Amino acid sequence: MRKVADRVMIEQLQQQIEKLQQNHVPPADQPLSIGLGIMEAAFPGKVFTKGAVHELISNTAEEATCTSGFISVVLGKLMPNSGYCLWISTVPRRSVFPSALKGFGIDPERILFVDAGRTKDTLWAVEEALKCNALVAVVGEITELTFNDSRRLQLAVEKSHVTGFIHRFRPKTENAVACVSRWKIKSIVSAAGETPGVGFSRWHVELLKVRNGKTGNWQVQWSPKGLEYILPEQIIIDEIDERQIG
Amino acid sequence: MSRRIAVIWFPHLVTDRFLRKQPELKDIPFVLVVNERGRRVVKAINALAQEKGIRVDMVLADCKALLPELTVCDYDEAEPKKLLTALAEWCIRYSPFISIDLPDVLILDVSGCTHLWGGEQNYLNDIHKKFNAFGYTIRSAMADTIGTAWAVCHFGNSGSIIETGKEVKALTSLPNTALRLEPSIIDKLDKLGLKTIGSFITMPSSALKRRFGQSILKRLAQALGEEMEITEPMQPLIPFQKRLPSLEPIRTAEGIEIAIKTLLQMLCERLQQEMKGLRKCTLTCYRLDGVVVKTEIGTSKPSRNTLHLYKLFENKISQIEPDLGIELFVMDALVVEELHSSQDALWTVSGKDESVIAELLDRLSGKTGVQAIHRYLPAEHYWPERSFKNATSLSEKASTEWRTDLPRPLHILPVPELIEVSVPIPDYPPLLFRYKGVIHNVKKADGPERIEQEWWLQQGLYRDYYCVEDEHGSRYWLFRSGDYDSGNVKWFIHGFFT
Repeated sequence: MRKVADRVMIEQLQQQIEKLQQNHVPPADQPLSIGLGIMEAAFPGKVFTKGAVHELISNTAEEATCTSGFISVVLGKLMPNSGYCLWISTVPRRSVFPSALKGFGIDPERILFVDAGRTKDTLWAVEEALKCNALVAVVGEITELTFNDSRRLQLAVEKSHVTGFIHRFRPKTENAVACVSRWKIKSIVSAAGETPGVGFSRWHVELLKVRNGKTGNWQVQWSPKGLEYILPEQIIIDEIDERQIG
Repeated sequence: MSRRIAVIWFPHLVTDRFLRKQPELKDIPFVLVVNERGRRVVKAINALAQEKGIRVDMVLADCKALLPELTVCDYDEAEPKKLLTALAEWCIRYSPFISIDLPDVLILDVSGCTHLWGGEQNYLNDIHKKFNAFGYTIRSAMADTIGTAWAVCHFGNSGSIIETGKEVKALTSLPNTALRLEPSIIDKLDKLGLKTIGSFITMPSSALKRRFGQSILKRLAQALGEEMEITEPMQPLIPFQKRLPSLEPIRTAEGIEIAIKTLLQMLCERLQQEMKGLRKCTLTCYRLDGVVVKTEIGTSKPSRNTLHLYKLFENKISQIEPDLGIELFVMDALVVEELHSSQDALWTVSGKDESVIAELLDRLSGKTGVQAIHRYLPAEHYWPERSFKNATSLSEKASTEWRTDLPRPLHILPVPELIEVSVPIPDYPPLLFRYKGVIHNVKKADGPERIEQEWWLQQGLYRDYYCVEDEHGSRYWLFRSGDYDSGNVKWFIHGFFT
C-alpha cells in the first residue's frame, strides 16, 4: 500500500517539476506541428520547441552549409507567409547567398542580415534581437558560447517567445549550454535519380541533446517537394562507383 | 504705449539682388524683362537705368530706343516673394512682428523694440547701414500707423520719424497716390485737381464718401490711426533645437541620462505638435573647460518616440566624457520628416511589428554602423555577385521574382578561390580537384552553366559553372574562367551547396 502511495507522490512531484521546467509548453490553440515530420516526435509534446534557443554545431565549411540549409528549412516552416527574421553573424564569416534562400521555402527579403563586429557585439545583438517579440526567429552565427551567455539568451526568449538558432562553427569545445537542443547536420551522398548528375540534397540530421525529449538521428532529403525522410532500407549507398555527369 | 510701425521700401529690390550675384553689372544700366503677350516688358530696373528715363512696365523696344547700350537679363516672377521672405526672416533681429507687402515693402511692428538700439533714429540708421552694406537701396519711415509710414517712406524724406499726433501734418504735402488708393479713385482726384492729400483731408467725410466711395475714408482712417490696419505677420522657421543649461556642472552618467531624457521630452513634444518625426539628431555638450563633445544618432524611420530615441542615445552615453563637468546640453534635430500618427498602425499588426523592428535595427546600427545591416532584393542579373541588391528600407518591395530554376549554392565565398583540377577533356567537369590541400574526387556533376560577363558593366572572361559532388556527398560550385583555346584557363571554387 505504501509503495503505491509513494509512486503516486513521485509522479505528482515529477509533474510539478515538468511544469516548472517547461515554461515553453505550446498553448493548446497552436497548431500541433510545424511540419517537420517524424523528427518532431523527439520534442516534448511531440512539437518542435518554439520560443527557445537551439544550438547547431558544424566543423567544416560543407557541414556549415548543410546546417544553414537545415536552419533555412525550419525558418521556412516557422514563417510561411509573413514575419521577419534576423540573421546575425560575425563579420568575416557570413557567406549565405541570398539568391539561394528562395529554394528553401523562405523569402530572402524577409531576412535581415546583420554583420556585427566582434563576438561580443554579436552576442549583444543576438540578445537584443531575441528580446524583440516582433521577430519570428533569430539566427546567430557565434563560435564560442559560454554557459552564462546561453542562459542569458534563454531568459530573453522566455519573455519574448522568439525562436533562436545559434550556429557554432568550429567551437573549441562542445561545452554544455542552456539551449533546449543540440543538432549536427552532415551531408550524405545523394541518390542516383532517373537522370544522371547530382541529385537532391541529402542530410544526416543528428539531434544530440534535447531537453525533456528523446534524442535521435534521421536521414532526410530536401527537394522542391519539401522535406522527405529516407527510410533505412532506402539508405543504400550507391555501390556503383561510376562518374555520373549530367 | 502706442503702436509704432516702421516701413522699409526696397525701390530696386530685384536688381539689387541681381547686382549682389553679378557685381560686374554695377556701373551699367540694365533691366530685367519678361515675355508678356508677345512683347518683352521691363519688370525691374536699376538706379542707373531709372536716371536715363526708363520705367517699369515699358516695352523693351522703347527702352532700347532711349538707350541702345542697355543690358537686358531675364526676370524671375517668383523672385520678389522669395527675396522678401528671406529679408523678412533676416529682419527678425529688429522686431518679432514682421509682415511682407508685395512686391517690395516690409512692415515692421517696432513697438517696444527701438530702445534696444538707443532710440528710433538710431534704430532706423542701423537698418539703413546694414542693408546698404548688403548692397540694397532702401527707404524707410516710422510712424504710429502703417498708412502714414508707407506714405512718408515712398514720398517723403527717407528715414523720417513721424511722432504721435503729427500724422496730418506729415501727410498734407504728400501726393494723393501716397494713400494706397485704387487707380480709378486717383484718376478722379486728379481730374478734380486734388493732387495732394492736404487738399482733401479736411473735407467732410460724407462728401468724400459720396464722390469717391468708402475706400478713401477707410484709407484715411487707417493713416490717421482711427482704424486699425491688420497685417499678417511672417512665421519664422524655428530650428528644432532645445537647450538645457545645468545649475551645477554635470559629471555623472546619471546626470547625462536625465539631461537627455528631459531634452528628448521637450523635442518630441514639439515634433508631436507639428506632426514631424526625427531622422537625425545631435547632442552637443559644452564642457566647463571649453571643450565641446558631440554625439549623433540616426533612425531608419522618422520617429518621435522618446523611449526609442533615448535607447539610441543610451549606447552613446559611455562615449561622452564629462571631465570637469558639462554646463550646457543642446539637442538639435538636424533632419526631420513628416510623420502622421496613422490610424492603420493601430489596426494592422504587421505595420506595428515593422516599426518595432525598425527601432531594433536603429539600436543595432547605433553599435555596429548602418552599413552592417542588409536586406536583399532580387536584381535582374545572371552574374552571381550582382544577382541581388541592397534594399533601402523595410517596406521596399521586390520589383522582380527570385529565380529558383537555376542551382545556386547556399554558401558563397566572397571572392572565388583558385583550385587545382584534373580535367579529362575540355568542356568537361573535373575528375578531381584540390581545395585547401584536400583532394576531392568528383563522383557526380552537373553543368556547365555558362554565365557571360555583362559587357556594359564589366569586361572580362565568361564563367562555366559546374555543380559537383564528391565521394562524401559534399557539393561544390566550381567554375572555369576562360576557354582552353586561349590557353588561359583557371578553375575556381565559388560556393558550397547543402
